[in-house]
Amino acid sequence: MPALVNGAWLTLTLTTLAVLAGIALALPVAMCRNAPLAGLRAIANAYILFFRGTPALVQLFLLYYGSGQFELIRHSFMWPVLRDPFWCVVIALGLNSAAYTGKTLASALATVPASMREGAFVLGLSRLQAFWQIELPLAVRSALPVLGNEIVLTCKATSLASTVTLMELTGTARLLAAESYAPYEVFLGAGLVYLALNYTVLHGMRRLEMFLGRSR
Amino acid sequence: MAEADLLHGFGGQLMRGAATTVQLALASLAVGTLLGAGGCWLQLSTRTASRTVGYAYAAVIRSVPDLLLVFAVFFGGAMTLATLTGRHVEVDAFLAGAIALGLSFGAYASEIARGALLSVPDAQREAARTLGLSRAQTMWTVTLPQAARAALAPFGNQTIVLLKQTSIVSIVGCDEVMRKAAEASGATREPFTMYLAAACIYLALTGIMSLGLEWTERRVSRLDTR
Repeated sequence: MPALVNGAWLTLTLTTLAVLAGIALALPVAMCRNAPLAGLRAIANAYILFFRGTPALVQLFLLYYGSGQFELIRHSFMWPVLRDPFWCVVIALGLNSAAYTGKTLASALATVPASMREGAFVLGLSRLQAFWQIELPLAVRSALPVLGNEIVLTCKATSLASTVTLMELTGTARLLAAESYAPYEVFLGAGLVYLALNYTVLHGMRRLEMFLGRSR
Repeated sequence: MAEADLLHGFGGQLMRGAATTVQLALASLAVGTLLGAGGCWLQLSTRTASRTVGYAYAAVIRSVPDLLLVFAVFFGGAMTLATLTGRHVEVDAFLAGAIALGLSFGAYASEIARGALLSVPDAQREAARTLGLSRAQTMWTVTLPQAARAALAPFGNQTIVLLKQTSIVSIVGCDEVMRKAAEASGATREPFTMYLAAACIYLALTGIMSLGLEWTERRVSRLDTR
């Protein structure tokens, strides 16, 4: 039982870091996707195509096992990070999540009415101010339900960490099931922990939606 | 054959793995569609107990990682078979994967189907009944075709998710493309090359599926009279 708690804690840590990395990266991805420059749009679209078109497991293995193939990387300052399974999972799932969140955010930004920006300009706001204070908050608010689901998907994807030696919830459950000869009880227990975690996320996001939607 | 050199002769193995990936996705899709239809039927039932089971299935399975389901079916199945037969039995990884991914797909499919059926206005049903159609005729010729149109896009997207999720069945030893790439990585010590090749195969498969889905959606939207 304490092993499952430790596993759940690692799942929670990985999820939090990957979601934060995903959100931080999603903004530049979304802005490139909506950029007036065709080159930037192409880069963003290629990024989204690759990370949405391939399994997260392949992305993780490319980063964790694949990076060691190159002498250059093994002698670079990045190696201590890329050798560590923990950071590989955070980076791989963060990049993966950024593709999904970035796409969502880009379409949410595109649907903010142009009149909002024009109104902001008329009120004397700069371009930067109009983006940060008017357009982005409106886009984030309309993207919230999708973002909530994205957090749940990232939480579920952290189970892949067990394939690169990290004993998070799923990995711990597999180990305990083999040791205890009681696979059903152990997997059911782990499943209930995931249920509780993700229910909390979805419930919290719904509360946030209602809170932010009160001005509507 | 520059490509064969790059993959050190593992190209054929990877392609065989890709074929297994597609078969696994199709098997899971079959299991999942059946479970999805069943789950939807339960959720729309007039009996409270059935509805509870239907909603619980969708809610629980959708919050649990597919990998945990694969482990539960694979190791749980081995345990059950061992108890039943009295000796150690190895569960087939392909079968366990198809059941586990089918369970997961079914949970999403049941929600998609319920949403699609509820999106058909009641007036359509009432009008059909007024025109003298039987309950079954109303269901098959009026409600279902319209619901199918609404369900097409989310169902297609979920199928693409399913194809990508087949990669995790490699962890319990199913010989699909990820497993082949892992074997090739071990033999050649070039994991980046091999996993990149696997990524390209997935990209091609999901790309074809997306294009097919878009084409079907365009065809179907032509029927739209609204």
